Amino acid sequence: MDKSKDMIEIKNLHANIEGKEILKGLTLTVNAGEVHAIMGPNGAGKSTLASILAGREEYEITEGEVTFEGADLLDLSTEERAHLGLFLAFQYPVEIPGVSNVNFLRTAINEIREAKEEKPISAKEFMAMVREKSKIVELDSKLASRSVNEGFSGGEKKRNEIFQMAMLNPKLAVLDETDSGLDIDALRIVAKGVNTLKSAENASIVITHYQRLLDYIVPDFVHVLYDGRIVKTGSKELALELEEKGYDWIKEEIQVG
Amino acid sequence: MAQYTENELAKDLDNQDYKFGFVTDVETDKIPEGLNEDIIRLISSKKNEPSWLLEYRLKSFEIWKGMTEPNWAHVKYRKPDFQKITYFAAPKQSKKYESWDDVDPEMKETMAKLGISLEEQKRLTGVAVDFVMDSVSVATSFKSKLKELGIIFCSFSDAVQEYPELVKEHMGTVVPNTDNFYAALNSAVFTDGSFCYIPKGVRCPMELSTYFRINAGGTGQFERTLVIADEESYVSYLEGCTAPQRDENQLHAAVVELKALNEAEIKYSTVQNWYPGDENGVGGVFNFVTKRGICEKNAKISWTQVETGSAVTWKYPSCILKGDGSVGEFYSVAVTNNFQQADTGTKMIHLGKRTKSTIISKGISAGNSENSYRGLVQIQKNAHGARNFSQCDSLLMTDHCGAHTFPYIECKNPSAQIEHEATTSKIGEDQLFYCKQRGISEEKAISLIVNGYCKEVLNQLPMEFAVEAQKLLAISLEGSVG
Repeated sequence: MDKSKDMIEIKNLHANIEGKEILKGLTLTVNAGEVHAIMGPNGAGKSTLASILAGREEYEITEGEVTFEGADLLDLSTEERAHLGLFLAFQYPVEIPGVSNVNFLRTAINEIREAKEEKPISAKEFMAMVREKSKIVELDSKLASRSVNEGFSGGEKKRNEIFQMAMLNPKLAVLDETDSGLDIDALRIVAKGVNTLKSAENASIVITHYQRLLDYIVPDFVHVLYDGRIVKTGSKELALELEEKGYDWIKEEIQVG
Repeated sequence: MAQYTENELAKDLDNQDYKFGFVTDVETDKIPEGLNEDIIRLISSKKNEPSWLLEYRLKSFEIWKGMTEPNWAHVKYRKPDFQKITYFAAPKQSKKYESWDDVDPEMKETMAKLGISLEEQKRLTGVAVDFVMDSVSVATSFKSKLKELGIIFCSFSDAVQEYPELVKEHMGTVVPNTDNFYAALNSAVFTDGSFCYIPKGVRCPMELSTYFRINAGGTGQFERTLVIADEESYVSYLEGCTAPQRDENQLHAAVVELKALNEAEIKYSTVQNWYPGDENGVGGVFNFVTKRGICEKNAKISWTQVETGSAVTWKYPSCILKGDGSVGEFYSVAVTNNFQQADTGTKMIHLGKRTKSTIISKGISAGNSENSYRGLVQIQKNAHGARNFSQCDSLLMTDHCGAHTFPYIECKNPSAQIEHEATTSKIGEDQLFYCKQRGISEEKAISLIVNGYCKEVLNQLPMEFAVEAQKLLAISLEGSVG
C-alpha cells in the first residue's frame, strides 16, 4: 500500500457509552480516492463510529488509536478535526432557527480558513460558490437563504448536508445513514452529489443500513460491522449478498470461525 | 448587520469583560446625600427652574412618602436606603457648549471609549446624539440642523428653560407622579434627561440618540425623557446606557414618556448595558424604570429593547392605545447571567377600536440568573376589533438559571382576538455539536445560535445598534453553557 495515500487509519478501537462497550476492536484504513461502505445490522456500532470520528464527547475511548493524515485524531477537538477536513453528514441534521444557511456556511468556511491562516472568503466568491454547489444537489436557492434546516423536509435536510459538504470540500466525508428516510429521487440526487465531489484527493465512508444507496454510489470496499468490529470486507458484491441473505449467515460464520 | 463580519466580532470578544467599567476623572458638582424638601429645593434652584416645576417636585415627594416600594416582581434585592443616595451630581463644567471644541477633553475621551465619537457623528451625519452623564446632559450634536426642520432635541433642563409651555403641557400626562413608587421618586428628584419634539408632518431625517452614563460613585441617576411626535410625524429614538464597575448598587430610576399624536409614529430603541455586577453578584445597577407611551388615532409606538446589563431590572415599556386604529409593538431581548435578575415585559392597554398590539419577548438566562417576562394585555370595553399577538420565548443556557413567564390577559370586549404563544428551550448540545463539526468554535456557535434566536427583535433595531447589540449578546454569554 502506498503510505502517502493514507487518509485515515483506525486501529483496534474500543469505545464505551455509559459503561456499555459498543466498539470492540474496530480496525479500518481508508486511502485517498476511495469510497468505503460500512454496513451492518442495527446496534452494531455504525453511528457510534461516525460520532467518535467527529468527536462526540459522550463516548469513552478505552483502547486503540485513530490517525488522520498523520495526526492523532482522538487528541483533537471537534472543530479542529473539521479544520483538518473531516466532515460528517448527520443522520438527523439539527435545526438552527434564525441563522441563515449562508451565514452559517460563511462562518464555517471562514473559521476553517482562519485555522489555516488564510484570508476570509470574499462575499462575491462565496455567493458564486453557493450558486455553483447548490446546483449539484438541486437545492432550491431559496433554501440557501432560509434558516439552517428549519422547516426543511427530510429530503431537503439530507440534500442540505451534501450541499454543505460541497461547500466545505472536505478530505474525508463520513455519511451517517444519509439514505435513511429518502425516496428514490432524493436518493439519486444525494448520490449524484457524492459522486460529483469524488476525487483522487478525497475519500468517503458511507454508512448505510440498506444496499440500495450502493446502487448509486459505487464503493471500492464494503465492510460488515457486527458487534463492534469489522468482521468481513469485500467488494460491491458483498453488499448484494447481504441484501439477499441478510446478516444471519455472517453471524454464523463468525461463531464457526 | 451585513457589514459587521464574524472576524470583527471575534476581535470584540477578546475583550469579553464589562468594558465600560472605567471612571472618568472629571470634577463633579455633588450635593449632600439624603432626601428631603431642602434637597429638592436645592436641585430645583441649581437648575434655575420655574416655580411650577418646583411645586410639581414637592408634590411628587409628598406622594412618594405615602407609597411603599413594590415587591410583586420576581426579584430579590436589598432595598436601597434612600437617605444614602446623592440625588444630584453633575460634571462640574456644566455650562452649555457652543461648539464641540468647548467640550472637556476628559469627556470627549469618555465618549470615545463608549464608542460614541461625536466627531465621527459630525462627519457621517447619521445620528444626532445627546450625552447625559450623571443625570446632566453634556453635549447635543446636530442641534442647528434639526432646528431648521422645527425639531427640538435637547436636554430636559434646556427644554424647561426654552420651551416651558411644551414641557408643562405634556410632562406627567403619560406617567403621572402618582403612578408608582419609582415614578414618584423620579418626579421629585429628576435632574435631567432628554426632550424631543417633532412638529406636525415632519419626518425626522436622522436617528436621535441619547447616551446615558452614570459616572460618580454613591449617586443615583434619575433622568426623564419626553418625546412628543406631533400629528403625522415620525421619529426613531435610540438610548444607550453604561456605568462604571463599582461594588455598591447604584440606583437608576428613569421615567420615559412618549406621545404619538394622530397618525404619528415613534420608534424607541434601547440597548441597556448598565454594569451588571461581578460574577458573584456583588455590585451592579438597580434599574427601576417606568416607560410608557400613548397613541392617538392611527398612531404607532414601537418599543425595542436589548437588556443585557443591571443587577436587577424592573421595566415594562407600555403602550396606551387610546386612539382608534393605533398600534403598539414591543420587541425585547433580555439576557441575564451570573446573579442578574430581570423582571421585564410590557403592558398593552387597548382603549380604541381596531387597535393592534404585538409582543415579541426573548429571554435568555445563564449562570444562576433569574429572567422573567411579565406582560399585561388589556382590552377595554370599547376596543371593538382589537387584536393582540404575543410570543414569549425563553432560552436556558444552564441547569441552574430560571426563566419565568407571567402573562396577564384581561378582555372586556368579545370581538377582540388575542393570541399568546410561549416556548422554553435549552440551548442544544446537538446544535453546538453540529456547529463545531462544521469547524465553528463554541463561542462563535453560541453567538450564532443566540443571535438567530433573537433575530426577530434585532431586526427591529437600526443598523448601528443592531451591531452593538449583537456584540453585547455574545459578550454577556461568553462561556455560559453548562
